[in-house]
Amino acid sequence: MAISLDEVEHVAKLARLELDENELFTFQSELNALLGTFQDIDLANVAGIDPRPHAVELQNAWAQDVASYCLTRGAALRNAPLTKGGLFVVPTIIED
Amino acid sequence: MITDLAASELSKRLRARDFSAREVTQAYLDRIRSFDEQLGCFLTVCEEKALEDADRAQNLLNSGEAKPLTGIPIALKDNLSTEGVRTTCASKILDNYVPPFDATVVERLKSAGLVILGKTNLDEFAMGTSTENSAFQLTKNPWDLSRSPGGSSGGSAAAVAARFSPLALGSDTGGSIRQPASLCGVTGFKPTYGRCSRYGLVAFGSSLDQIGPIANSVEDVTLLSEVITGHDSRDSTCLPTPPISAGAVRAGSFKGARFALPKELFSGNLEPGVLQVVHQSIEHLQKEGAIFSEVSLPSIELGVSTYYIIAPAEASSNLARFDGVRYGPRLEGDGHVGAVAKTRGKLFGHEVKARIMIGTYALSAGYYDAYYLKAQQVRGLMIQEFERVFTEYDAVLSPTSPCVAFPLGELSQDPLALKLLDYCTIPANMGGFPSISLNCGFSGGLPVGLQLVGPVMGDEKLLGMAYAIEQALPEARSKSPTLEA
Repeated sequence: MAISLDEVEHVAKLARLELDENELFTFQSELNALLGTFQDIDLANVAGIDPRPHAVELQNAWAQDVASYCLTRGAALRNAPLTKGGLFVVPTIIED
Repeated sequence: MITDLAASELSKRLRARDFSAREVTQAYLDRIRSFDEQLGCFLTVCEEKALEDADRAQNLLNSGEAKPLTGIPIALKDNLSTEGVRTTCASKILDNYVPPFDATVVERLKSAGLVILGKTNLDEFAMGTSTENSAFQLTKNPWDLSRSPGGSSGGSAAAVAARFSPLALGSDTGGSIRQPASLCGVTGFKPTYGRCSRYGLVAFGSSLDQIGPIANSVEDVTLLSEVITGHDSRDSTCLPTPPISAGAVRAGSFKGARFALPKELFSGNLEPGVLQVVHQSIEHLQKEGAIFSEVSLPSIELGVSTYYIIAPAEASSNLARFDGVRYGPRLEGDGHVGAVAKTRGKLFGHEVKARIMIGTYALSAGYYDAYYLKAQQVRGLMIQEFERVFTEYDAVLSPTSPCVAFPLGELSQDPLALKLLDYCTIPANMGGFPSISLNCGFSGGLPVGLQLVGPVMGDEKLLGMAYAIEQALPEARSKSPTLEA
């Protein structure tokens, strides 16, 4: 099933990627080529096989509920493009 | 010359006072300064810090508190967080990022007295097989400067091959340590998933990523593995197991060991020259007492498709954190969402955006079952097939890469061809299996890698067999690349 340009635009929106028109066409062609090659897994007989989200069986890792080292506020903010009063500044999300 | 010596030999000579830790570090820094302009291995060289580290290491050597690798230089792939040292992931979105903390592996290197020379080039966010996806520079293969070093840990593998550093760390999500090690003629090891903490490794595919060593011999790779592995409570997927033991490895042997040769990894698009060199090695090892049998692991043929659904799906989630709020530059856009989309759209490179798009699509409503869930089931099938083989065999043996180093630019316009370069290496990531690539000879003057894959937690046994194989194939280590000023 081929992906339409509208679908590419929708996926880009979900992925929070602003793409120009040329990129939309390029990704449409690349995604269709790749998804075409992925069809081989459709034919795989996986009846009765549990999906494996992880390679190695994992157990829940518990930690003691005690305070331990963490970054200082200054260190956490040092790489931010914009800060004010010890906080990250983000563009307005909720209008007045 | 100092830079020709293996880390194990440097360690002995430092203890014998043949030279100082500062002299060792300076020798490597001088070589980087003379030749890296041609090769492009390093994104950052920490000259001043490295010499300070070397002096500290010398104090430990003088006071008898040194550990096996104290005073030995190392290069780090630039997706490992280093406190106070720029960490870019070869991406414009992290161009000026200076981490406020060290990755666990970096902490362990420092406490073992190793000297960090700098940060090496990679495909942006480790997504690629040629290091051509770096936003900053190309890295060239020291064996032939017109060719790729492989990827994504191409900077680390090329730096070790060029003797810019005796040791390096890389990360391996679908073969990113082993494939460049193969193309550069060095040794690269991916430990069992969970033996090495991923804390501070910038995440790509969290269920597949594993940090591992690159060096010029199995012995050096083992010594470095001993330092970086072991439990870490800051990574909940890190196994509660002790570090890899170098002593157990030196006692290793391949005589009487049973190796499975999957027919799926000896057919298809493999270069005839690669097959010939690997077959010659097999014949040689057989004469020396190794036992080989052909097996079939049919799911290997589904590996590339499965990997290119699972890894991008995980990446699309992991890379959501790059939103221009906490780190990296921020571009102005229409409101919060517009600013995030513009920042990501302009600052991520093409391959990274392509993988985020694939992953987002595969996880989106209506396609999840057809792609992501199905891929996870195929992963389950692959794990079952390999585990069955491991009940009868000690390891799976194959070429590491379908080809030798290829000309730069040759495959960069063909994303699918580049993805097929992971064909032999992907299964080990799918199953979390330990896997090593070591040089076994040359085809047309370019190195050919031999890959071993063992069962989960079989790291020491696998390294031991690789150690013995390396001793049995001395011609594979008889050459090194020549660099001219």
